[in-house]
Amino acid sequence: MAGKVDTSLPLEYQTHQDRMNILGFWVFLGAEIVLFATLFASYFILVDRTAGGPSGADIFHLKEVLINTFLLLTSSFTAGLMIREMRNHNLKGMLILFGITLLLGLGFLSVEIYEFTIFVDKGAAIGTSAFTSALFTLLGTHGAHVSLGIGWGILIMIQLVKRGLTPTTARKTFIFSLYWHFLDVVWIFIFTFVYLKGMVM
Amino acid sequence: MGVLGAGTGHQFFVTGDPLILASQIAIGLTILGIVGGLTYFKKWRWLWTEWLTTVDHKRIGILYILAGVLMFFRGGVDGLMMRLQTSRPEMEFLNSQHYNEIFTTHGIVMILFAAMPLLIGIMNVVLPLQLGARDVAFPWLNALSFWLFFVGAMLFNISFVIGGSPDAGWTSYFPLAGKEFTPGIGNNYYAVALQIAGIGTLATGINFIVTVLKMRAPGMTLMKMPMFAWTSFITSIIIVAAFPIFTVALLLMTMDRLFGTHFFTVAAGGEPMLWLNLFWLWGHPEVYIVALPAFGMFSEVISTYSRKNLYGYSTMVWSIITIAFLSMIVWVHHFYTMGSGPAVNSFFSITTMLIAVPTGVKIFNWLFTMRKGRIKFTTSMLWALAFIPCFTIGGVTGVMLAMAAADYQYHNTMFLVAHFHYVLIPGVVFAVFAGLYYWWPKMFGFTLNERIGKWHFWLFVIGFNMTFMPMFFVGLDGMSRRMYTYSAGLGWENPLMFSFIGSLVLAAGFAAMVYNIYWSFRYAKRGVDHDPWDARTLEWATASPVQAYNFAKIPEVKSTEAFWDMKKEGTHTLKESEIEKIHLPSNSGVPFLLSVAIGIVGFFLVFEWFIPAAIAAVLIIVGLIVRSFDYDEGFYVSVDEITKTEKKWRGDL
Ligand code: HEM
Ligand SMILES: [Cu+2]
Repeated sequence: MAGKVDTSLPLEYQTHQDRMNILGFWVFLGAEIVLFATLFASYFILVDRTAGGPSGADIFHLKEVLINTFLLLTSSFTAGLMIREMRNHNLKGMLILFGITLLLGLGFLSVEIYEFTIFVDKGAAIGTSAFTSALFTLLGTHGAHVSLGIGWGILIMIQLVKRGLTPTTARKTFIFSLYWHFLDVVWIFIFTFVYLKGMVM
Repeated sequence: MGVLGAGTGHQFFVTGDPLILASQIAIGLTILGIVGGLTYFKKWRWLWTEWLTTVDHKRIGILYILAGVLMFFRGGVDGLMMRLQTSRPEMEFLNSQHYNEIFTTHGIVMILFAAMPLLIGIMNVVLPLQLGARDVAFPWLNALSFWLFFVGAMLFNISFVIGGSPDAGWTSYFPLAGKEFTPGIGNNYYAVALQIAGIGTLATGINFIVTVLKMRAPGMTLMKMPMFAWTSFITSIIIVAAFPIFTVALLLMTMDRLFGTHFFTVAAGGEPMLWLNLFWLWGHPEVYIVALPAFGMFSEVISTYSRKNLYGYSTMVWSIITIAFLSMIVWVHHFYTMGSGPAVNSFFSITTMLIAVPTGVKIFNWLFTMRKGRIKFTTSMLWALAFIPCFTIGGVTGVMLAMAAADYQYHNTMFLVAHFHYVLIPGVVFAVFAGLYYWWPKMFGFTLNERIGKWHFWLFVIGFNMTFMPMFFVGLDGMSRRMYTYSAGLGWENPLMFSFIGSLVLAAGFAAMVYNIYWSFRYAKRGVDHDPWDARTLEWATASPVQAYNFAKIPEVKSTEAFWDMKKEGTHTLKESEIEKIHLPSNSGVPFLLSVAIGIVGFFLVFEWFIPAAIAAVLIIVGLIVRSFDYDEGFYVSVDEITKTEKKWRGDL
């Protein structure tokens, strides 16, 4: 519903439908929390069941993990800046930051895939043990979310270019940023409870 | 057995069993009949524009109900076959493998593809109307939810003719459900089809939560919401809390079966008990996902036909919330015997028994609602009345099962089967019937026939008790669950024969319902009043059947029984000057096509044909892109048109 813009509200909160979409996305994130919590729980149950194969300490490498953490955290930061530019109605700055966010995400994915090949080289394939199954599934689910986010983000960028900054494109960008921050939070848990714990214990 | 197609050891078309051959022919003829009929009557366009692309919550609700009734039939035939098979000792109607497949599909079909859609269907029709809203929060997503559910259900249902049915029970415990012990593709169907349908359900949960939070009519605080809206709301919350667990469980199952991981295997460190825990962490709340909306329906029906407001409204609300909370912490009662230890078992024993308290509160509230009421014994009300004693039997036997120590005696016996049917059938199926008779005029503009309805009622209730009561006794007598045959002389023959006869009576009751629907479509008087039962909540404030936009003017709410007040004050009228144009969303074919694409990918995954699956997945991506670029803003219904529609049912404005 195009129309006048109410300047007392952020652009993405203009219509009733926009507000509902954002709330709906929060509820969806609630479901995502349950989903990842279940994956983490399964991982913790299976983490010591290496069936004679490699354990976390054998395969984890601090270097890749730190690079990845840096890439994803930075991308979450640039996503935040992107929303700031959106609030300032600066479409160009917004697009640049959006692009950087997605590129950082792509970097993260490439490192993650590279890391997976290292795991396999060290004899830890997905079917090696219950531990590796849980590890690859947890990381893979997060990685699949990142991939989906990149594709989704590209679609929104195209719409921003084509339509400019409207309440609808603003709402879509805002929801995307919620999603992106969420993936970052999940990663922090993975970093702490999978990698650090795996390397220390 | 002939092998056609796939060379991986299973056959593509299942052949060699006369029962299955007969179903194949029947399915073929039905499809021919439908396609032929649509072509002959030139109805393809109508089907597409009115139904396949609809985003109207009322129509989506009707689609859900239709699918639910069909699936109830399928599950019912499975049930009859099981009862026939055990009606005599050493019976050779079904072999053990076929029996395994049938109790597996029966359980899943009944719970996920019959009970769920019937309830969600009624919720779809009624919830926005009770809230005084024009629609659900996300109409497009609502259509997607339905089609995902439907595609999942169909994918599951073709299993018995294409590739073979799942056969590890509706609970599909590992290691039995793993590749090692069930190498065929039947259990792949389980993993993939339930995943697709489950995601649809999750989306419904999100949709209804936002609908309740954001679309209530002005003045309707949460504590003024009708009881059915409350139960739908809490059910949606449980869906969002529990279904992701099932999503993960099925994902891990898929990984184990299709990609060689070791989550639940015994080899390579997998843990079968992880499956049990994840399954029941979802599975027990699922029982309340189906029970709570049913309780809401009984509340509406009992209060309307007792001609009184609901007794103890706020205790009702609190008891639902308590049940929802407790439902999340009882799951271990499904496997007391699997070595959790006394402390764990005791904890879950106590939480399980606690659920009886809020449930008992609700029963007393219903009884007090009826007390001193001027009860009208309509068919809906009869279902509600029969529910109370039958469900109480289910509840009491449930408390018996909750005692961990005693459960070592009943675990996985027919006693359990009797118990959960005494909860599920009165608590869900009776409620759905009550709800259908009650809300039918809202959906179709005519009432179901009350006289055939009474036949439906008595046959079904008597048949139900005859079928399931004997199971308590053979269960206590040692007959275990999922047994396909037994020797003579155990003393089970007579009760099991009685149970079989009962199931035929039950089936006759179902047939009476189908006949009632048919009869009423042909002969029932049309143009029924918008408020035929002199009811109390907002859905009755608008036309029957309901117009596309639900309410010409959004009602203002002052109490729980908004419409009752309006009637007393004479304020449910509409002035011509109050009419404004109304915004509605446009139809869309994307939810249907996207779901079909997902179904195709699912089908390839079931057969482990990964390259076709990857290719077909492109269709899903295309669908998502189309959706992302869709800026259709809907359309407006003009003041003229609204005026005309409203005049038609209100008389003059
Ligand atoms: C048409 C009436 C029905 C009949 C005759 C019937 C009969 C049966 C029988 C004989 C079994 C036990 C199979 C065995 O363990 O050997 C069974 C299991 C089951 N039934 Fe029903 N049933 C009926 C309706 C329903 C309904 C309405 C529901 C749910 C809403 C339902 C849910 C289940 C479930 C979940 C199981 C457990 C399956 C398993 O053991 O995995 N049934 N039913
Ligand atoms: Cu339970």
